[in-house]
Amino acid sequence: MNASARRIYGLVYRHVALYRRSWPRLVEIAYWPTLELLIWGFTADFFAHSNAGPAVLAGTALIAGVLLWEVTLRSQIGVTFTFMEEIWSRNLGHLFVSPLRPTELVVALIAVSIMRTILGLLPATIIAYLLYRFNVFGLGPVLLLFFLNLLFMGWWIALGIVALLFRYGAGAEALAWTIAFGITPVACVFYPVAALPFWLQPVALALPAAHIFQGMRAALLDHTVAWGQLADGAALNLVWMLIAVGIFSLQFRAARIRGALISIGE
Amino acid sequence: MNVITVENLSKSFAGMPAVSDISFTLPRGGVLGLLGGNGAGKTTTISMLLGLLVPTAGRITILGHDMAKSRFAALARMNFSSPYIALPSRLSVIENLRVYGHLYNVPDLARRIDDLAAQFNLGDLLPRLAGELSAGQKTRVALAKSFINRPEVLLLDEPTASLDPDTGDFVRSMLERERSAQHTAILLASHNMAEVERLCDEVLMMKAGRIVDRGTPAALISRYGRDDLEQVFLDIARDPRLAA
Repeated sequence: MNASARRIYGLVYRHVALYRRSWPRLVEIAYWPTLELLIWGFTADFFAHSNAGPAVLAGTALIAGVLLWEVTLRSQIGVTFTFMEEIWSRNLGHLFVSPLRPTELVVALIAVSIMRTILGLLPATIIAYLLYRFNVFGLGPVLLLFFLNLLFMGWWIALGIVALLFRYGAGAEALAWTIAFGITPVACVFYPVAALPFWLQPVALALPAAHIFQGMRAALLDHTVAWGQLADGAALNLVWMLIAVGIFSLQFRAARIRGALISIGE
Repeated sequence: MNVITVENLSKSFAGMPAVSDISFTLPRGGVLGLLGGNGAGKTTTISMLLGLLVPTAGRITILGHDMAKSRFAALARMNFSSPYIALPSRLSVIENLRVYGHLYNVPDLARRIDDLAAQFNLGDLLPRLAGELSAGQKTRVALAKSFINRPEVLLLDEPTASLDPDTGDFVRSMLERERSAQHTAILLASHNMAEVERLCDEVLMMKAGRIVDRGTPAALISRYGRDDLEQVFLDIARDPRLAA
């Protein structure tokens, strides 16, 4: 293992060691995705049993939407929560005076986020199959593209939030829990972009999620792969990631000038 | 050969100077004390040396690396310890040492941890959570972490603060041993004057962000006509001519 990979491994190991002995942390990872699935799953089930035909399909799209949107929410929270663990344990000072590069820090945060996302969604995926007979893998190989795109979206949102933590300190930590949830109305998880007011549609179309969920509905309802929507989602993800990396780099540099790396937890 | 060279270093926050035009060097294997009251600029200086803070002006070279351009190359060969920065409390001592062993790319890490455990009397503490240790035990663990990569330059911010005299003496003896065995250069910020007298080859007296005097502990004591460094410290702290 080269030195850079080993530094990333070291930080990932630090969080794995933490989760290994903390069952409340492990429960927390799966708690919200499972709860969301149960609420929306029973709602979808109710409509499906009251009305036949389109309502069944809409219910299926609802459950798929819940599961896939949780990918973005969990990947975002995975990065920001992991970073905040370092703030809460007052360990950032040690990390920033070690040879760990900011890029390695970000890669380690993303690696932990992937683990948290998979662990968090596994119980919900199993419950969706057992309770609602919904098999998310029935979407086929295109599911992987949805998954990766939504994961990526969570990461750039998280990088933006970490940049805000550099700028405003731990006082901004409430944003870690709320920003991605706040995006949900314009992410068009459960309805098409056309359902939004005319003036709000450009906002939705500027986000990868709206395109990815259009693609998901096409796969579920029409059994087609909307390659155009997927490509638009991926391109937008790339643009937003570049913007987030730029903001992160600027705020990290600004924090080193202001001395905020020393006092970020205060 | 100097391992730290600081030239005309300054730092201001919103136009208010915290450190003003300081210069000093630290040779390989030397111990340099940084003394001054609260707000004298010691922590700001150490933060700049560690790359946590970008200087407003001046230049820092550590182990031949310009810290403005290639700080990570220097940081891999340095380390730092302060009782004011914690190690993750929900990790055991051995897990903490493993984390930092990986971050510093320490070869044969298991053996290195065994060696450190023997040196710092950590054997029984290794499986315990860092958060459950006493202040003295935490300090020993933090120091073990700071030696994990056999640093050529070690920055210590009040390493014996809040320790009982016995543990404090243990830490000072250990620093003396490591210094002679590894030729580690140590920059020591401390309010413990006896500690500074015992450990340091040279002392920088800081006040209001400036170096107001410097010399060996003996030379400073002699220059001020005092019996010990504490009295010198008080003379400087209370001299209105040295105010900002």
